[in-house]
Amino acid sequence: MSQPFRHPDRGRVDRTRPLTFRFGDRTMTGFAGDTLASALLANGVHEVARSVNLGRPRGIVTAGVEEPSAVVQIEAPFPEPMLTATTVEVYDGLVAHPLRGQGWLAPEPDSARYDAVWAHCEVLVVGAGAAGIAAAADAAASTGDRVILVDERPPRPSEVPAGVRLLTRTTVVGYYDDNFLVAVQRRTNHLGAAAPLEQARERLWRIRAGRVVLATGAHERLIPFPDNDRPGIMLAGAALAYLRDYGVLVGRRALVYTNNDTAYRVADELRGAGVDVVVADTRADAPAADLPGARLSGVLGDRRVTGVRVAGRQLDVDAVLVTGGFSPVLHLYSQAGGRLRYDDGLGALLPDGCRQRVEVVGAAAGVGLPRCGPPPMPEPSDADGRTFVDLQRDVTIAEVRRATGAGLRSVEHVKRYTTAGTAHDQGKTSGLLTSATVAAALGSSAAEVGVTTFRPPYVPVSFATLAGRDRDDLFDAARLTPIHDWHLARGAPFENVGQWKRAWYYPRDGEDMAAAVTRECRAARTGVAMMDASTLGKIDVQGPDAGEFLDRLYTNVMSTLAIGAVRYGVMCRLDGMVFDDGTVARLTADRFLVTTTTGNAAAVLDWMEEWLQTEWPHLRVWCTSVTEQWATVALVGPGARGVLARVAPDLAVDVESFPFMRWRDATVAGLPARVFRISFSGELAYEINVATWHGYALWQALMTAGADAGITPYGTETMHVLRAEKGYPIVGQDTDGTVTPDDLGLGWAIRKSTKDFVGRRSLSRPDTARSDRKHLVGLLPDDPTLLLVEGAHIVGHTPLGPPPVPYLGHVTSSYPSVALGRTFALALVTSGRQRIGERLYATVNGTLIPVEVTSHVLYDPEGARRDG
Amino acid sequence: MMIITCPWCGPRNETEFHYGGEAGVAYPADPGVLSDEEWGRFLFVRSNPKGVLHERWSHNAGCRRWFSVHRDTVTHEVGPAR
Repeated sequence: MSQPFRHPDRGRVDRTRPLTFRFGDRTMTGFAGDTLASALLANGVHEVARSVNLGRPRGIVTAGVEEPSAVVQIEAPFPEPMLTATTVEVYDGLVAHPLRGQGWLAPEPDSARYDAVWAHCEVLVVGAGAAGIAAAADAAASTGDRVILVDERPPRPSEVPAGVRLLTRTTVVGYYDDNFLVAVQRRTNHLGAAAPLEQARERLWRIRAGRVVLATGAHERLIPFPDNDRPGIMLAGAALAYLRDYGVLVGRRALVYTNNDTAYRVADELRGAGVDVVVADTRADAPAADLPGARLSGVLGDRRVTGVRVAGRQLDVDAVLVTGGFSPVLHLYSQAGGRLRYDDGLGALLPDGCRQRVEVVGAAAGVGLPRCGPPPMPEPSDADGRTFVDLQRDVTIAEVRRATGAGLRSVEHVKRYTTAGTAHDQGKTSGLLTSATVAAALGSSAAEVGVTTFRPPYVPVSFATLAGRDRDDLFDAARLTPIHDWHLARGAPFENVGQWKRAWYYPRDGEDMAAAVTRECRAARTGVAMMDASTLGKIDVQGPDAGEFLDRLYTNVMSTLAIGAVRYGVMCRLDGMVFDDGTVARLTADRFLVTTTTGNAAAVLDWMEEWLQTEWPHLRVWCTSVTEQWATVALVGPGARGVLARVAPDLAVDVESFPFMRWRDATVAGLPARVFRISFSGELAYEINVATWHGYALWQALMTAGADAGITPYGTETMHVLRAEKGYPIVGQDTDGTVTPDDLGLGWAIRKSTKDFVGRRSLSRPDTARSDRKHLVGLLPDDPTLLLVEGAHIVGHTPLGPPPVPYLGHVTSSYPSVALGRTFALALVTSGRQRIGERLYATVNGTLIPVEVTSHVLYDPEGARRDG
Repeated sequence: MMIITCPWCGPRNETEFHYGGEAGVAYPADPGVLSDEEWGRFLFVRSNPKGVLHERWSHNAGCRRWFSVHRDTVTHEVGPAR
């Protein structure tokens, strides 16, 4: 028989719309308006899961988000793990499975859309029960106030006050500073495969509210007794909800086990629907009870309750309906910074004041809740290991007592020791039970023990919802140079540098990366090569005090720079550690162009602004980023001068007219350009800057002009090899925020005068002035074909011997070099400069590789190649 | 999410701002005359109160100006610099 536990006429499900779904290996029917839980119960199915650690059969305990037990895996239409059967709405084609603990994620990407929206209102009401609707109506009566009413359940036929924006199937999950709340709206989940693809499946609401009214109700609590986790045992209020909302009988013969008066209303209504009910009340003074002063001491049945031992008798029942009192739902209130106080009369925590503009109404404020003490605790017994406090985490009274026995006093510590309250439900129905168990064990009170901190989110939220549209290409912006399409057409793979996409190398037919980089390096050292350097950070620094300002930020002096000249510069943080490096060019008396590393451009501009605004507001200096205004092409190699002469016939390119570390304005390939004689490879090189929109034209003109000479485009990998051969460090690769300029061999870039610069004082602190700091040095493996791994540790002897093994440093850069005819590495090594010529060992895959320490400048140490 | 009032742009979400630590820690006029201990204190030691802290913020995603506010480190209440 279909749906044998469906009452003939009660409930609000739509009996004209039957729905077919599958659970485990059974195909069943329900009605529109059912949850998976109500449809299962209508079919007489109570066992829906297994417990995570013990594998015990578990059933449905509640009718809402507080469900601690009925966790299922959705298989179709799209896999979703660990949903509560009490909140999944049934649709045609739903396929679900019982779960034991964790579920599984879909192997393919979720094709559904997720979205986010902002909302602002004068009043936000959370919870559309009677108290919430009344509060919303009150608020809407104030003219002009925007009122949003949020409710986690599907739409109900109840009256929505005029002027109120109602969001249903929407759960407020977090309450943050300044009345900022985050809610998740489930828009198409309940439609299953029929959900329209163009509609966002879930929407994240970010709501800023003038004031907040919390009408979040109360969660009923369990009472601990042996085997209180058997399928068929549920909260009394849930049994009532299944009857009223879904027309479902949770059993035919029920024991109601209570410590408060709400049980009698439940019993009456269930009896009216044809259920045999016996009420056992833990209170001796309970005149309406069938069994006053009763203790439930045992449960019969394995995968479904078949009977109970109560008050010395054995009763045949198929459901046990428990009410241990109610806990107002104050998660959001507590997240908002609200204080809680324990009320002895209600055996519950109540709101006790909050700095934010928030008000709690209805059951959440304790209104209408029954008087009752904390849940009665059983005397210690052999059954403690079967008496559950937290069903989802399989935490029993015995475990809580083990925690207090181990000396734990704080309920926060007990939570972490036992994991009680850490599951998907965050202990909504069990939190106060854990506190009461701790209190009983310590001879204290629930008021003194308190509850653990409530943290967002109130219910589990999928990462897809939090990510919204910020996925794939929209996760982070990609910055592309004006020459990007050319690199793409040439088949260059790209390297991410911050948000920039930089061409890595340009493989020709059949070439792997090593072959391409070898060819590109050879071209730069022996012929002519070019690179797109547009991503280099560029800052325009202007004003009468610009020179003085740069003197204060760079370790070397910039104010003495001649117009037309360029100087390499290093910046330190206040602690004396290298922050960035680059070049400074003087354009006019009061104007400088500063370059930074690609990754640090924004940080350097921020650094400049911070000093100008907060320490030196009297300096007349203004800075702006011009990174994206200029396209930059580095023209490199002994053949570079010839190619430049061809495209810039009006520019005198001989060494005397255009020496190293100078810049010139010129017309290059018919384009207005600024050419710098700067080299990051040690070779003769020009960095040609044109307006961004001319970048592609410049690149093509250079390719054409250099075709005869075999001009070779190269990428960032070749750039790295070339600079490393010359011992030029890369900030962030060869440094890590613990490296001073002197450590890098850049002591020459520190001014001799005593004039201060940022970080200078730190360089004479005892630790920074030590002679045995780590220095940047070169390493040559004895085996010239062996490539060290970047990050490899360096030690002084082999075999390692017993730990601790003295650690001397690590490899920061490592490449094969066509110019050196061998592999080489840069490394930070303790007292490195004093060790030049020594043999050390680098660890590679657990073996010790002998290496010789050398200067960090391995190629052209005398600098003979820079003029071509 | 806190609302912080930028003196130039008005009240904005916290995510538009960048935190700059305790305010009123001036860069020494002549770091060269400080002892190692005095310089170390300037570099590393801050008051870190449980309560109201005078602190710096920068409106990074807006006008890029630095300013200071008073913020309670317990309640996150933000008020103008006093």
